[in-house]
Amino acid sequence: MNSVIPFFLRRMRMPIIFLIGAYAVAILGFVLIPGVDPNGNPWRMDFLHAVYVVGYTATTIGFGELPYPFTPGQRLWGIFALHLTVIAWFYAVVTIIALIQDPAFRQAVKKDRFQRAVRSLSEPFYLICGYGDTGRQLVDAFTRRARRAVVVDIDPARIDELSVAEHPLFVPGLCGDASLPDNLITAGISHPRCAGVIAVTNNDQANLQIAISTKLLAPGLRIAARAEHDSTVANMQSFGTDYTLNPFRSFAEALELAFKSRAHYRIYQWLSGIPGIPMIPLEQAPPHGEWIICGYGRLGQAVHEVLRRHGIGARIVDSLPPTETYGAPFIQAKGTEAVTLNEAGVKYASAVFAATDNDADNLSIIMTARELNPELFLIARQNDRATDTLFEAAQVDMIMSRSRILATGILSLLAAPLLPRFLEEARAQTAAWAKELAPRIAAASGAEVPDIWTITVDEAQAPAVIHALRRGRELTVGALATDPQAWPQKLPVVTLLLARNGECHVLPPEDATLQEGDRLLMCGREGIDEWIKRILVNPKMLHYVATGEHRPEGWLWAWLRRRYKAS
Amino acid sequence: MNLEKVFFGFFILLALTLNFGFFVGELDNPDHHHAYELFAAIVVSLIATAMKFGERTQVGALLLASSMVADLQLIAAALVWGYALYISDAGMTAYTMASVVSLSGGALLANFASVILLIIETVMMPR
Repeated sequence: MNSVIPFFLRRMRMPIIFLIGAYAVAILGFVLIPGVDPNGNPWRMDFLHAVYVVGYTATTIGFGELPYPFTPGQRLWGIFALHLTVIAWFYAVVTIIALIQDPAFRQAVKKDRFQRAVRSLSEPFYLICGYGDTGRQLVDAFTRRARRAVVVDIDPARIDELSVAEHPLFVPGLCGDASLPDNLITAGISHPRCAGVIAVTNNDQANLQIAISTKLLAPGLRIAARAEHDSTVANMQSFGTDYTLNPFRSFAEALELAFKSRAHYRIYQWLSGIPGIPMIPLEQAPPHGEWIICGYGRLGQAVHEVLRRHGIGARIVDSLPPTETYGAPFIQAKGTEAVTLNEAGVKYASAVFAATDNDADNLSIIMTARELNPELFLIARQNDRATDTLFEAAQVDMIMSRSRILATGILSLLAAPLLPRFLEEARAQTAAWAKELAPRIAAASGAEVPDIWTITVDEAQAPAVIHALRRGRELTVGALATDPQAWPQKLPVVTLLLARNGECHVLPPEDATLQEGDRLLMCGREGIDEWIKRILVNPKMLHYVATGEHRPEGWLWAWLRRRYKAS
Repeated sequence: MNLEKVFFGFFILLALTLNFGFFVGELDNPDHHHAYELFAAIVVSLIATAMKFGERTQVGALLLASSMVADLQLIAAALVWGYALYISDAGMTAYTMASVVSLSGGALLANFASVILLIIETVMMPR
């Protein structure tokens, strides 16, 4: 509003002045020119009639000659006045049309509309910077769960794409550089309902700037940022960025879990998946034989580190010589040709990892390698989501999709900040432990991607629990997971982690007692968390799930009940 | 010399002078106040308003406001005049004339304020 109206008025100044002038001249002429009334007496038009006549001739309505038939002199003036005022109107209308087509004006209108949409948001929303593959998946996931999002992207084509995308909720989009603080403010970073900022542009430097701006402009906000260089991660963490996500490291960690056991990997996939998006089940655990890594960029290096930790040998294929291979044999080639792969020993290798930043090359490597050795365990890196169907058809064992790893990682971090702690603990556990846990999660979620959430036992989130604890009651972890309609049946949830004073207890037993300040990481079917949150705030429900008794309502009934119990 | 400033000052001053010309004379004597003068004052005042459209400075906003007040008062005066002549049965009385002229007197004050603001803006401008 602040820019559109002054813009409009400034451009309309001349047409409006011309219009006023034309009307004034026409009216004055009619008043001054002598006329004759029906009785032949000389007569002069007064201002009321002059304004009336000019009004209807200028708008080309033409009621005729009022109040008396005109004299030739008046008609002569009429011809002039008619054309003058009609031209004035045309001038004004043409200026308005030109103004509407002016790109600067359209930009102002769009920005204004965006600002109004952001200002009127009354629910918590996330500010997503960057609407690439990752941003799109995040917006999808947010809106599907009826959560609000606001998008900023530098590319106008992407903002246009956002405006035609059919999201269940309206997502305001601003075309602008998110690394400029002004654009972040326009997008509502200081809006009281802004729940957090997610920086997922494809530029590490921009993400860094967004993180810094957020910390300075809105220090209380949570910020999750994508960072693909270790130096950026260190830089972001130095000023307290809440969550930094390096997709290559995340994939290396997932691979580490897959090396542990298939059950480990399945647990990881469930807990960090996006509900509704299917995942590829891991048919076999990654082999411990020789690996061939094609493409030794950041991803290749991160994976090689995991392999070294497991004592697995690797051969490296890349078109550029790397600075450090840690003793692994290196072949300088693209890896898409059979000659190169044969030279790398594909016949005897047990796994091939196509990790270049080109999707066509990766698919080519996979297809060639499979031809040479059908027994291979194949991992492909997918860079662009547009090639989804191709990678699906290629039927590889694992796909490393950067945008999916980022989107799922950010979503689960926002929903459950304790998740990385849990996964870290899980890495230390045995395969038997994972094999026992996996069916429990499957049972709780109905073999779909479960919802994952964190509960903090504090005044804000669990007033009923705090009240009960302060009165000396004992509450267990199991009580919170009880069905508030059918005690003692349990709700289909799994309590994954209990964090207390910096210590973490993985899979706390049912009878573990709760304390003030505890944090619980839980997972279960979509919507179950609403039940548990209700238990946390409703003393009556809490009493029921803890004891199986319906607490009497009202003092009289409570008194009668006490007497009945005493007798 | 800035041509825009010349036009600006011209219309603001003209609005004031025309308004003053209409206003002087015996308050309730129709012979002392001519309809043409009122018409000219309205037109010039409207143009002066349009010239301030889109100003974004503080003084510009005040100028716009004061000249809108003048427009409102002058148009009200014209409407009262028209009402007395054509709609009411009494015709133009001294009583009605007095209210027309006093309305234009209000507009005169607003136009005067406009001129003062214009002077302030000019004085504050760095040379």
